[in-house]
Amino acid sequence: MTTLLTIGEIFARLSLLAVGGVNSTVPEIFREVVTERHWMSPAVFAQNFAIANAAPGPNCLIVTMIGAQLAGIPGGLVATFAMVLPSGVCAIFVSGLWEKFRAARWRRIIQAALLPLTAGLVLAAGAVLVEQADTGWVTILVTVAAVLLCWRTRIHPLWVLGAGTITGLVLG
Amino acid sequence: METPATRLTHKKLFAGFFQAGIIGFGGVLPVARRIIVEERGWLTAEGFNDLFSLCQFLPGANIVNFAFAFGARHRGISGAAAACGGLLGAPVLIILVLSAAYKRYGGLAPVQHGLAGLAAAAAGLVLATAIKMATPIFTIRRNIALAFLVLALVLLVKISLLLTVALVLPVSLFLSWRDT
Repeated sequence: MTTLLTIGEIFARLSLLAVGGVNSTVPEIFREVVTERHWMSPAVFAQNFAIANAAPGPNCLIVTMIGAQLAGIPGGLVATFAMVLPSGVCAIFVSGLWEKFRAARWRRIIQAALLPLTAGLVLAAGAVLVEQADTGWVTILVTVAAVLLCWRTRIHPLWVLGAGTITGLVLG
Repeated sequence: METPATRLTHKKLFAGFFQAGIIGFGGVLPVARRIIVEERGWLTAEGFNDLFSLCQFLPGANIVNFAFAFGARHRGISGAAAACGGLLGAPVLIILVLSAAYKRYGGLAPVQHGLAGLAAAAAGLVLATAIKMATPIFTIRRNIALAFLVLALVLLVKISLLLTVALVLPVSLFLSWRDT
């Protein structure tokens, strides 16, 4: 029960801090559940993240996966609700006022101010995941190939994830 | 809030977002756009972009925010619940099954090898996303400085996300206000 409450508290707090999307919160989730609380190993975290990425649905399901890893089905559900409700309610309210400030100068200022923050946080998320996932030359090569393919081509990410899995199976 | 000419029923909201959630591998946005704009004609391309840009601006998962806002526009709170439930219902169920399978079989050697490759590829996807986000805004020098400040605070100083945002956002807002 305490675990469920803590899971809810962690993700509800992150919900309104997820600037530019859920990937921005990955370093913080890692810090909370791996570094601070030792609830799972870094490798298990990276694998949970990867499985959530390979599954259908929005990428916020990483929190469902982490919640379920920690406390089974209730953990997954609590984490999901905690992550999507605060920001969702905020979206409902603000979309009602959107017409009024769509063209406002301060909106463009905030939007421009958030962009470097999001970029920095997603870079940090990438770095955290690479640090945990790349343990040898095979995994390093897979990451480099994945970066190049997704950055430079229009290939569907699912192919990249599938190719990475097969490479790991064959060469691991 | 602009009230749509025809209000969609809860069932239609649920079904439309359900379809987007279940086929949306590696990003729901393109699928959601196709279903909402092209297949069902619920929004024009401009209307979709407008609402989606709002959801990107707000914190949280963009497409989930979109489901909340779009559902609420048609049927209030219960419409938001229908759209969000449709979007997340099946994927959450799939994740819970995958999590149970991972806990049971994740320790087996071949599974570990496959997962190691999968995790390495997923890490690469996130890095590529970050590069794509950074490229257009790194033409401005202060954006590079701010992004690397965030990176250093998170990775080296290891302070919390709340503290990082509280420290960097005011600076970023000030610089952006000065230049706009």
